[in-house]
Amino acid sequence: MAWRNLWRNKRRTFITITSILFAMFFALVMRSMQKGSYANMVDNVVGSYTGYIQIHGADYWDKKTIDESLDASEFSEEEISELKNVKGLVPRLESFALASSENVTKGTLLTGIIPEKENVFTGLFEKIVDGKYLETGDGQVMLAEKLASYLKLGLGDTLVLISKGYHGVSAAGKYAVKGILHFPSPELNKQLVYMNLEDCQAFFGTENRLTSYVVLLGRHDPKIIAQTRDAIRKTLSQSYEVMSWEEMMPELVQIIESDNASGKIMLGILYMIIAFGIMGTIMMMTLERIREFGVMVAVGMQKFKLGLVVLFETLLMGIIGIILGSGLSMPFIYYYYLNPIRLTGDAAASIESFGVEPIMPFAWESSFYLNQALVVLVITLITGLYPFFKVIKLEPVDALKSK
Amino acid sequence: MAVIEVKDIRKVYTETKVPVYAVNGIALSFEKGEFAAIVGPSGSGKTTLLNILGGIDVPSEGEVIIDKKHIASLSSRQLIDFRLKNIGFVFQSYNLIPVLTAIENVEFILQLQGQSKNERRKRAQQLLNEVGLGDRVNDRPAQLSGGQQQRVAVARALASRPQFVLADEPTANLDSKSTENLLNIMEKLNREEGITFIFSTHDSRVVKKARRVITIEDGCVVSDERIAPNNI
Ligand SMILES: Nc1ncnc2c1ncn2[C@@H]1O[C@H](COP(=O)(O)OP(=O)(O)OP(=O)(O)O)[C@@H](O)[C@H]1O
Ligand SMILES: [Mg+2]
Repeated sequence: MAWRNLWRNKRRTFITITSILFAMFFALVMRSMQKGSYANMVDNVVGSYTGYIQIHGADYWDKKTIDESLDASEFSEEEISELKNVKGLVPRLESFALASSENVTKGTLLTGIIPEKENVFTGLFEKIVDGKYLETGDGQVMLAEKLASYLKLGLGDTLVLISKGYHGVSAAGKYAVKGILHFPSPELNKQLVYMNLEDCQAFFGTENRLTSYVVLLGRHDPKIIAQTRDAIRKTLSQSYEVMSWEEMMPELVQIIESDNASGKIMLGILYMIIAFGIMGTIMMMTLERIREFGVMVAVGMQKFKLGLVVLFETLLMGIIGIILGSGLSMPFIYYYYLNPIRLTGDAAASIESFGVEPIMPFAWESSFYLNQALVVLVITLITGLYPFFKVIKLEPVDALKSK
Repeated sequence: MAVIEVKDIRKVYTETKVPVYAVNGIALSFEKGEFAAIVGPSGSGKTTLLNILGGIDVPSEGEVIIDKKHIASLSSRQLIDFRLKNIGFVFQSYNLIPVLTAIENVEFILQLQGQSKNERRKRAQQLLNEVGLGDRVNDRPAQLSGGQQQRVAVARALASRPQFVLADEPTANLDSKSTENLLNIMEKLNREEGITFIFSTHDSRVVKKARRVITIEDGCVVSDERIAPNNI
């Protein structure tokens, strides 16, 4: 019966379904945009450099000096690698160093890596725009693009590095440029220098020491990250610190959270608009049909039964609208997922200042579809209660008189 | 034995500035098989009276007894069910459910009574044949003329084999030919199946066919004449 009512009054059904469809569409697109931009932030910084969990010598993160580095020969990599969800460890020795070419000098972030391991984690190899990737023992360096152009260095040119080494020894060295890398994060693109871990250890005079292990995880949901971090903490002694990316970069978390909060307010406003839109349509439909309902009840249909039929009609339209809206949004979202919107102007500058590439990719994941569908369904259900109660309270005499 | 009896009923509307007595002290009883017309000027209370007789409206005062049942003693659910089983309605206008075809409108009542699809199809088709619309069963109300719609409404009112049919100005929007046609159908059903008809009207041609004419004015009965059957 509900089906027939919907099918027979195509105009009415069409209008209602369309209003629900658009509601669903906009809610999805908006949420996808928000999710996508957080993922972009996290990915840019965390996924491509910091990692989701790091292990340091105690106090390292606060002081950021190689004096707080850890001794790799005392560290049991196997023990950690065996933990659940841990896929591997990427050792690094990082510190600041002054880089100079013929007449320009600039502060850089010098990172000693094991080239193959680093590549597994960050896909560093993919970031090469010119030259070759490091190989163990080649004694050369790779530079971030912006840094290279600032220093006016090309492939094969010599980079001079000066710094303070382990426990105050002075560190200096000359290295040939082997490769140029491009990083989406503008901040990283301005200051990264990579060399082989052994070269770096030799440069800083740290022997077998590291500043950090990046822990590779199988999955990146917040729960897994927290669990794994705690598991590692338990395994290690007090002389190490284990930090998740949220602990290492509270500012980034803050940005995301404040952005998320304002995003939620926006979403809330969108829901209200949606709710009013759907409500308006359904109320009109109901009032239009009051006489029809009046006749039905007068000739002997129970109000409760009629109410259920009407509620069911609304629900059906809601479900159809939600399915169509999701279906319609998919190609749209997918397109912008593959071709992110590039921001310009002030917005771009403010995002760049946090070291995040100024693009707005859409998130392509199924998780929020269900949430949005539920929200829209609940809105539809609540609106559907209006005709339901209208029918329950209907007095056929009055209904028959209404025009 | 009276099928419907109202005792001293009053209907007052108090939401208006001055209280309106739409029905002001009416006592009437109807026997089985009557063919009665309620006449009176516009606003005299015809619709209100019919609605009370059919248990769609409740009087502010007085008793309504239909088929030995005090309407006031029934719950809202029971009352709706009671209407479904005992009373057929034809309203002044806008009678049919617009999304349903002619035959579905007739079947609607039978569906509410829980009859099987085949049974109700058969009966609905038969009723529509009787009112002369056997060939328009699949048309929707909007595709039918006013007279045809009223005939569908009569067919629907009869579908559940009610004890009586209440019709509020069934011919109000009809031309004389359709009026004649509809009345003939009603008369035939009254004569052959013994269904009680109570209808309101303005139309003198309709009044002529009635065997009882109740005239009301300002909510009161001013005359109640029975016309001997041989006068028809
Ligand atoms: N809901 C209401 N509120 C106030 N007054 C009402 C209401 N319904 C009806 N009335 C009044 O009750 C009186 C009787 O109305 P009713 O509809 O029964 O007249 P009627 O004889 O059927 O008229 P018509 O021939 O025009 O259909 C009228 O004066 C009308 O204004
Ligand atoms: Mg009337």
